[in-house]
Parts: sequence; structure tokens; C-alpha cells
Amino acid sequence: MTPGTPATTRSTQAGTGHPAQPTGPTDPGGVGTGGRDNRSAIAARRRRRLIGLAALLLALVAAAVASIAVGAKPIPLGAVWHALATPTGTADDIVVRSLRIPRTLLGVVAGIALGVAGSLMQGHTRNPLADPGLLGVTQGASFAAVLSIFALGLTGVYSFVWFAFLGAMIAAVLVFLLGSAGSGGGGGPTPVTLALAGAAMSALLYALTSVVVLLDQQSLETYRFWQVGSIAGRDQGVLGQVLPFLVVGLVLALVNAPGLNALSLGEDVARSLGQPVLRTRVIGLAAVTLLTGASVAACGPLAFVGLVVPHVARAITGPDYRWLLPYAGLIGAVLLLLADVLGRVVARPGELQVGIMLAAIGAPFFIVLIRRKRLVRL
Amino acid sequence: MTTTDTDVQSSSNGPASTGPANTGSASTGSASTGQRSEVRLRASQLRLGYGDRLIVDGLDLDVVSGTVTAVIGPNGCGKSTLLRALGRLLAPRGGSVLLDGERIDKMSTRQVARILGVLPQTPQAPEGLTVADLVARGRHPHQTWYRQWSSADETIVADALRMTGMLELADRPVDELSGGQRQRAWLSMALAQGTDLLLLDEPTTYLDLAHQVDVLDLVRQLHAEAGRTVVMVLHDLNLAARYAEQLVAMRDGHIVTQGPPDEVLTEDMLREVFGLEARIVPDPVSGGPLVVPIGAHFR
Repeated sequence: MTPGTPATTRSTQAGTGHPAQPTGPTDPGGVGTGGRDNRSAIAARRRRRLIGLAALLLALVAAAVASIAVGAKPIPLGAVWHALATPTGTADDIVVRSLRIPRTLLGVVAGIALGVAGSLMQGHTRNPLADPGLLGVTQGASFAAVLSIFALGLTGVYSFVWFAFLGAMIAAVLVFLLGSAGSGGGGGPTPVTLALAGAAMSALLYALTSVVVLLDQQSLETYRFWQVGSIAGRDQGVLGQVLPFLVVGLVLALVNAPGLNALSLGEDVARSLGQPVLRTRVIGLAAVTLLTGASVAACGPLAFVGLVVPHVARAITGPDYRWLLPYAGLIGAVLLLLADVLGRVVARPGELQVGIMLAAIGAPFFIVLIRRKRLVRL
Repeated sequence: MTTTDTDVQSSSNGPASTGPANTGSASTGSASTGQRSEVRLRASQLRLGYGDRLIVDGLDLDVVSGTVTAVIGPNGCGKSTLLRALGRLLAPRGGSVLLDGERIDKMSTRQVARILGVLPQTPQAPEGLTVADLVARGRHPHQTWYRQWSSADETIVADALRMTGMLELADRPVDELSGGQRQRAWLSMALAQGTDLLLLDEPTTYLDLAHQVDVLDLVRQLHAEAGRTVVMVLHDLNLAARYAEQLVAMRDGHIVTQGPPDEVLTEDMLREVFGLEARIVPDPVSGGPLVVPIGAHFR
């Protein structure tokens, strides 16, 4: 913004702009190579991104193996393979097949769900600090969970997954409607009304949850452990219960990616590019709700994955959601598994729950991220 | 109020010589292409507003194929609102907008996007988005979820970049460009969209005079090369007179007068529309009208 800047930029502009006119038509060879360079550059970038995805998949497999092998009872890789391929009912086989594998699978799907949901949420709200819980999903699930324990006397995690999921859905729909009513235009919620409605709803539900756990010792006991966030000790059935919703959520998310690309240029530009804004928002937020709701219902609230992972993925892929979403999903899964494994190592022979580990790793990581590069404008 | 109504009537009847002649072909639906005087966009009895506020009430306007039209008027007169309605970014409270004879609100967002492109005032690109990626997104209305990118798209994007002189800056992030380059990048995106009807909302905002001229030269070039129809909102009256062959002067949500620059830009009009005392002298470069404001200082 110094007085010199406009002059220099103008001269570069003149250099790139006006001479292009005479050279353009008379020198098709030069222009052609320019086009080819451009094309090969795009192809090279595409190849790099595919290689990156493959590398992340490998990292995920490695993290999954670590998650199966490491724990209060370390299991050698040979025994892991034995349990996977030809189980004979040894102690190791039982630990692997009934405890470690369900836990690992839950970690993978929850990590993918939160990474993808966080990216969608930040994209739709154009807010780098948005988190998948912005729609009140987490508090909705919490309240429904404690309410079901209190009113119906449910105890096991397995039993209140449905209620938690239902609570998450209801909260998200209410926040969406509130946000739409607040925007006034009739064109759906704006990022600001959505954030305000979500914050208000979360505060209300949190207060109601507190009332219930103060009234009832049993609710408090169960809630206390659920709300830390963990992928351990969940019944194998939990994964099966939430998996269909996760799959639908992922499909919606991927369908939403091109639309979100258009929407990230602003609502007017998106519309002028033929993208219906309200429909795109509804699909995107439905995906966030399904993914986050299912993850919260199964694992409890897991902080930082949905907030930090999209920033890491964006640093690699740039702002193209067709690449950003798969990257964020895989990075989320790797991060979640590694945090879980670390939680088993640091407190041997006991373990720290993954929710605590994520906060412990995530917070410093986030601070580094902010210090290294100011948060990206979306 | 009655005077403004008659103003609208008389102004809408101004180009009536072309208006009624086209009514037939326009109302039959698909207007035949190639006809020079064909109406691409027609607003009739348009009522526009936000919330409780009505901004435009009963406006009529025809945009003829292959022309460059500049909408001028003081701040808050409804220029941008009108442009948003013409581009189907804003649903009218009443009246209608016809695009090639079809009601635009009955068309799908995507259908409209294949016929006309709109560039809002100072659009924002997400950080880190390169020029090439931005321009590629102009192909969005032509893509489906199963067919994302074709070599035809590739060629069109490269052509758009070349035409605006942005090919060498294709790999630069948009947020690192200067204002003039950024506006060129966005124009490239609108070009890649492949529409021959462009609506530009103040394409020269925040640019210094040299870059304003630069961007308008480019707009003029786009018009000259493919006969594109352009409607733009402009603040600078002298540039509007230079670069548009039709001027539409608005005040308080209605059209005061419209026509060629030398007919529209009069001292009376400036007084009525802008409340500005000014002299009109011949532009020493183009020969057209040149507005020289007087102001209190030299009165």
C-alpha cells in the first residue's frame, strides 16, 4: 500500500496484459506451449495429490496396526496377524478380536467423520474456528443421553446411542431453523445467525444437562465417563448402529464438495455459477449433522479433531474441497488412532481416554499452527 | 410520486421503437439468435427490496443484444439491486425479469448460469486459491458430479486466461494479486463461464484511474470480440460515457432517463439525478460528453 506499489503492479500488469494481445494470435506456438505447460502442471499436481492420499492410507494402516498391537497387554505383530488371519481362541486372539479391533475401527470411522465434518463446517460458515459441534450437535447428544439415563434408567453406552444420536439430530435441526429465522431473508441461515443460534442452543442444552446430572447420581456417573470422549469399551454393536449414518453422511459430504467450492467464492458468485445456495447449505449441514451426531453418540465428544485437522489438510491441498475432504478424513483417522495409542502408552498399565489425549496434543498443536501462519481466511 | 411514475413511463417508452417490435418474438419464448436488436433482458414493472425496505418500485428496462449498457446514479439509488435482480441473485417482489423471453424465476439456477454471468462488487476468493483454480471454477455450471473436468474445459480456461493477459499469473494465489490483476482474474472466471451476457457490478471499485481504464478496455474488448452483451454499474460518469453505448440513469429506484451517452449526460440530468451542478463539454479524446463538476468552491 506504499505509493510505489500501484506503479510497480501496474507495470507488471501492462507487461502481462497488453503485449499478450499482439503475440497471442501471431504466435500460436508460444501460446500452445503455455497451454501445455499449464496442462502438465495440473496433471503433476493431481498426481502429487493422489500420491499424498496413498501415503495417508499407508499411514492409516500403520496407525491401525499400532492400535491393535499396543496396549496394557502388548501383542507382537506375529500374534496380531495370527488373530486376524487364523484365530484359534488364544488370549491374544480374544483381546485383538473383541477389544482392539472394534476400538480401532471405531477410531477410524470417528476420525474420518470428524475430519470431514470439521472441513465442511469451516467451509459453510467461512469461519476458521468453526468446529463440527457448532450446530449444537454435541450438547444435543449429551442432553438426550443423560435424559435417557435419568428418565428410562438406561445404563450401558450401547443403550443410549440411539437417544444421543436423536438428540444430536433434533438440536441441529432446531439450530438450523433458528438460524434461518434469524437471517430474515428467507434464503436460509447465514454463517453469523448459524453460529449465534448454535451457541445459544448449546448453552441452553448444557444448562439442562447440568440440571439432570445434579438431580440424579446415576446419570452423573454415566455422563461423566461418556462426556470425556473415548473409543474404548464400546460394545461392538455401537459401530454397527452408527455406521449407516456415517456412510450416508460421507456420501452427502462428497456430493457437497463441488458446490462448496462454488460457495466459497461467496453466495452471489455461487448462484451466478449455477449453484443453488440453500440446497447446498442444507446438504452440507445435513452431512455435518449425520457425521458428528453419529461420532458423538458412539464416542462422546472428541475435541480438536474437527477443528485442527481441516487446517492441516488445507495446508496440503489448498482450498479445493474435492481434495480437502478426503485428506481431512484420513488425517482425522490417523490423528485419532495415534492419540488413542499414545493414551495407552503414557499411563501404563492404565490408560488415558482419547478425548483427554486429543485435547493434550491438539491444544499445543493448534497454538503452533496459529503462530506459524495466521489462520486462513475462508 | 406521480412525477416519478411518469418518468418511469416516459423512460420506458423512450426505446419503445425497439420495445414493441420485439414483444412478439420475446413472448413466443426462445428468441431467435443473430437478430441484432433482440432484447436479451427485459424487466417489467419490477419491484425489488430487502426486508421491509422497497428499493425499486415499478421499473421497466430492456437490454438489447450486443450492447454495452452502463447503469449510473447516486449511491443507494438501487443500481446494484437492479443488477442483482437481472442476474437472478435477488427474487423480485413484483413484476418480472425475462431472459431471452423466458421468465428468469422459472428457470433453474444452472440454466441461467449457462446464459448469463454475474460478477458482484469486490468478490472474495478463499485464501490460497490460485488464479487458474479460480478461473476453472467458472466451468462449474457445465460440470456434473460425475463429470468434473474435460479437456474442453481446459482449453476454455486457458483461452480465458490468455484473453485477459493472466496466463503468466495462473499459478499465483488470487489474494496476492494487485487490485487490477484481481479484477482481471475474476473477469477471466466470468469469461470461462462461457456466457455471452455479462452483468458487472462496479468492476472498477477500489481501482486507481489507470486500472479503471485498463479493466474497462478489457470489457470493451470482450464485447468487441464476441459481441457480448454487457450491463455494468459504473460510478465514474466520464468512463461510463466512454465505454458504454447505452446509459441508464437511476435515482431513488427508478429510471430517470436512458439512451446514448450524449443524450443522457446533460446538465439538467446531472442536476436532477445527482443534485450536481456541472458543465458538459466535448471530450477532447472521444468527442463524446465530458462532465466537469462545478462544486461550491468555484461557484
